[in-house]
Amino acid sequence: MLVESKLDPKTAVVTEICAAGEPWMREIRKGQVFRILDLEGNQAVDTLFYNASDPEERYSAIDTIQRQRNLYLGVGTRLMSTEGRAMLTIVADNCGRHDTLGGACAQESNTVRYSLDKRFMHACRDNFMSAIQHDHDHGMNKRDITHNINFFMNVPVTPEGGLTFEDGISAPGKYVEMRAEMDVICLISNCPQLNNPCNAYNPTPIRLLIWDQG
Amino acid sequence: MTLYFSVSSVPSVVQDLRTYSKGLLMQVVSKGVPAGPVLWEETLPGGAHWSGVMRRGTALRFTDIEGGANVSALFWNFEEKSERYNMPDTLKAQHTAYLTRGHCGFSDMGRVMFSIVDDSAGWHDTVCGVIDDATMTERFGAKRFQENRNAMHRSGREGLLKEMGRWGLGKRDLHANVNFFSKVVTDAGGNLSLQPSRTPGVHVDVRFDMDVLLAVSCAPHPFVEQGTYGPKPVKITAWRAGIAAADDHCRNFRGENQRAFINTARYFAD
Repeated sequence: MLVESKLDPKTAVVTEICAAGEPWMREIRKGQVFRILDLEGNQAVDTLFYNASDPEERYSAIDTIQRQRNLYLGVGTRLMSTEGRAMLTIVADNCGRHDTLGGACAQESNTVRYSLDKRFMHACRDNFMSAIQHDHDHGMNKRDITHNINFFMNVPVTPEGGLTFEDGISAPGKYVEMRAEMDVICLISNCPQLNNPCNAYNPTPIRLLIWDQG
Repeated sequence: MTLYFSVSSVPSVVQDLRTYSKGLLMQVVSKGVPAGPVLWEETLPGGAHWSGVMRRGTALRFTDIEGGANVSALFWNFEEKSERYNMPDTLKAQHTAYLTRGHCGFSDMGRVMFSIVDDSAGWHDTVCGVIDDATMTERFGAKRFQENRNAMHRSGREGLLKEMGRWGLGKRDLHANVNFFSKVVTDAGGNLSLQPSRTPGVHVDVRFDMDVLLAVSCAPHPFVEQGTYGPKPVKITAWRAGIAAADDHCRNFRGENQRAFINTARYFAD
């Protein structure tokens, strides 16, 4: 389902660019609306959320899938926590489908998926590691890096149980917008993967915007 | 007496073989089909939970004794428990949305934690998670020990957390689990539905390719409908399968699996 946002970027309280291949970490307060904008198209945005006051409670891909009995994320999806609570709700989306089965790329999974010599490349897991190593506020470590959302990524599953990474269905100017239902920490890796079509083999920047109210 | 079991039958009498020389048993090499001396066997009542260390080269047969069982399972590297089963890496590397014979379970470090060497059930869910207390209460009501005594009316999540606590693990160590014996299919729009299996006696054989800390719960799958609470018992049978041979089916299932086995071999300095 496609739902256009009525929010004006001029009234956003936060407008930041996350360059291609970089991490981004920030708190979003309950009631604020958060937009991820795909500036140049076909850019996978690997995203994790944590309860800002208790990061042990975090986004849970399996609980999100379980509660909505559907594999894909879109307008109306409540992003569920490990405690079975809604962390954010997707309220606008002009892309149409987002993934939460594909996980994040890592140097180690590169060796498995592509070739043993594809280890020494930038990867989302390294972005997550970098962000939490430099974050001294929340005491996070590798155990806290869990199964993420891939905004703008297209991972269709067939009735026979097949799963593939397909060309993105995103394009320049596509966005997804969500309302925070609790104070959350957002941790993003703007995916640097060069070995599959999730970024159209050309990672590009994204824009992050936050409004105080929807 | 040395007991062996074939695909079609599992012995009901189990001989404790710990007196056998470890060196002799380690020479058994897996050919993908279970063959080897049974180490031990246990029946988990419906709703019960269990955990244990499964050494590299051992295997477990899960048998759905009555039909309709569910086994929610989590896996960690026993030596470094921040390394754990990774559902997304497992699915995307093998281009599958479910698990069956030939598939391996990959860790977040690109290694093979386990292999499904035989499977008469055919489909094991790994995307729907585990049933929690809120869903249990909503579907089946809350039942306390005071009234129900030892009937295991407990959620899978609670069972897994109790087992994890035994090994120093907590909520931060929860990750996407496997639901053995539960088949969940999707339609073109991504809508999911549980396809109940009622075939008694189906089994899945899981070989451990690293030293794995395994935690399981026999609580119902989270999609089991209201009013049908009746978790089924599961028999677990351990044997020494040996490490994956060069011609092992799971090792050679895909190039991705071959490379993950190379990563595993490097870890163990094979």
